[in-house]
Amino acid sequence: MEQRRVVSGEGLAVGYRTGRGGGRRVHENLSFELRSGELTCLMGPNGAGKSTLLRTLGGSQPPLAGELSIDGRPMAECGQRRLSRLVGVVLTDRVHAGGLRVRELVALGRYPYTGFFGGLDRDDRRIVDASMREAGIEAKAECYVSELSDGERQKAMIAKVLAQQCPIILLDEPSAFLDVASRIEVMHLLHDLARNRGCAVLMSTHDVGSALHLADRLWLLSPQEGLCCGTPEDMVADGSLDRVFGRNGIVFDRRVGEFRRPCASAEAVSVTADGEELAFWTENLLLRCGRQPAERGEQTRTGVVVRSCRDMELRREGSPAVHCASFAELADALNGKNDG
Amino acid sequence: MSVSPARYIPAAACAVVLLFAANLFWGSVDIPAASVFDILCGGGEDRPSWSFIVLESRLPQALTALLVGASLAAAGLMLQTVFANPLAGPSILGVEAGASLGVALVMLSLGGTGGLFFGGYLAVVAGAFAGAAVVLGIVIFFSTLVRSNVMLLIIGLMVGYAASSVISLLNFFATAEGVHSYTLWGMGDFSGVSLRQMPFFCAALGAGLLIAALSVKPLDALLLGERYAGNLGVRVRRVRLLLLGSTGILTATVTAFCGPITFLGLAVPHLSRLLTGSARHTTLLPVTLLTGSAAALLCNLISVLPGSTGMIPLNAITPMLGAPVIIYVIVNQRKIQYFN
Repeated sequence: MEQRRVVSGEGLAVGYRTGRGGGRRVHENLSFELRSGELTCLMGPNGAGKSTLLRTLGGSQPPLAGELSIDGRPMAECGQRRLSRLVGVVLTDRVHAGGLRVRELVALGRYPYTGFFGGLDRDDRRIVDASMREAGIEAKAECYVSELSDGERQKAMIAKVLAQQCPIILLDEPSAFLDVASRIEVMHLLHDLARNRGCAVLMSTHDVGSALHLADRLWLLSPQEGLCCGTPEDMVADGSLDRVFGRNGIVFDRRVGEFRRPCASAEAVSVTADGEELAFWTENLLLRCGRQPAERGEQTRTGVVVRSCRDMELRREGSPAVHCASFAELADALNGKNDG
Repeated sequence: MSVSPARYIPAAACAVVLLFAANLFWGSVDIPAASVFDILCGGGEDRPSWSFIVLESRLPQALTALLVGASLAAAGLMLQTVFANPLAGPSILGVEAGASLGVALVMLSLGGTGGLFFGGYLAVVAGAFAGAAVVLGIVIFFSTLVRSNVMLLIIGLMVGYAASSVISLLNFFATAEGVHSYTLWGMGDFSGVSLRQMPFFCAALGAGLLIAALSVKPLDALLLGERYAGNLGVRVRRVRLLLLGSTGILTATVTAFCGPITFLGLAVPHLSRLLTGSARHTTLLPVTLLTGSAAALLCNLISVLPGSTGMIPLNAITPMLGAPVIIYVIVNQRKIQYFN
């Protein structure tokens, strides 16, 4: 699918207007472009201004300076009606719509298209049904919103934004309250939405793993560095993730794609394991126990040999090898608990 | 336990018609049903006093009750949606107290009943509207400062108390005649609108109700909160102003003619939601209007129960019906959908 720039910002300043002319600027000089057909994940530490940026892109908070254009036109020239068909949002705002049924809530997504009293025609109903099905909430269609769990509420709001049929979809932490399976479902849903319908999807998230797996592009926002954008793999390679998130010794472990805090004075331990899976989890255990898995070929005083998850050995220089029948025993041996 | 709106609306309409008829046939003076029927059909010249009672007293009174019930209920519903607060209402937010202050200023400065009977009612209505608008302005101002809904209600109550204390001061300095007419007015009754004033009364309330009826679509969107509503294309500021203006007209007109009538505006929307299980304004507004009319007509019927010994003030009846509803709602708020 052809990828177009549907939202672009040039020297944008976002923040809150306070009093006359003044304002509290959260960020200045942000430049970016959002492309259709791509899932973009906006990440950054708490308080970095992710929600502020999303609200500005959604049109509910005017930019303080700079140019913001949507679909090739300056946002300021875009009327509210037109905008409501272009940009759909899912926010973190608490919704007081407990008395609505899910179907009625999702039907509100048709608001920009319905007539004066908001009646739905056959097409609208079909779109509402399809949106609920896509978001995986159709089983709860006749339930009241108040009866939904947090995750189901989130899915209902996503169904609402699907029913709105906008080419640009902005979501503020849509997976925050979801359990693991739902979180991955939602990410895949948004990913497919970008792929198959050619939508430009921008979501903020703290879920580094899912973002690295499924985002076509990352936007990293930090108070110091501003916004830097790129493909996840490029950003891992050039250390951008460390620059944005890393602090107090927390660094991005490129091999496993996660943030970790290595122990500064950790003893290196060599790992000899049967297969990568065993090696991976053995290293996981070593790191938790304050050891550092040794580089290949490095000479160490301590070594772990893992033949299977029932058969492992801890070898220390100058003492007899300790045989362990599980990772729990290995951890105890490393921590010196079952020596005596 | 809820009834579907499709069944509830015809039933409520029947109840309103029956209660309206009951108000014509039943009053503090005993008039045989056959004679009332005769008078209504244009006959009954043989007993001019009966004919006067039915046509000049009971008919306008029933019509007033019908309109007042619908108006206050609609005002309460709009306030509850606009402030996203199920416990908002014209009396709780101090709007009625503000209107009363306006009435007191006009009435006490005109020095008694004279002003009311000779066209001065326009001045009273204007005073009431000014008072209601000032209080709404104050509440809107505080609603931008205070995020908590309960705090906003308490501010509304405080504004109401402040208005009441000014009214007490005015009473202190007013003539005995003025105080007397103000006290009578303050007890609330539906007999304050003469046939001559009826066209104005109907037009003012009709305008307010028309605004409410034309706003059902944005009202539904406002259930999602301001940002979501804005994203769906609602001009939130304009709609809010329109809805609050309509609330002001409805409350002020009712208060000017009938006195500060409490609880109808607060309790009827709850009763309507509980009875039909619906929060969508396209169905909730008609349900609320009908329920409000029925409730007001019932209150009027109760007020003439003592027969020839006099009338029970409305403000002795409405809390008896309304307070239990509100207490029920607050006690069961976890179970009630629209509260969550």
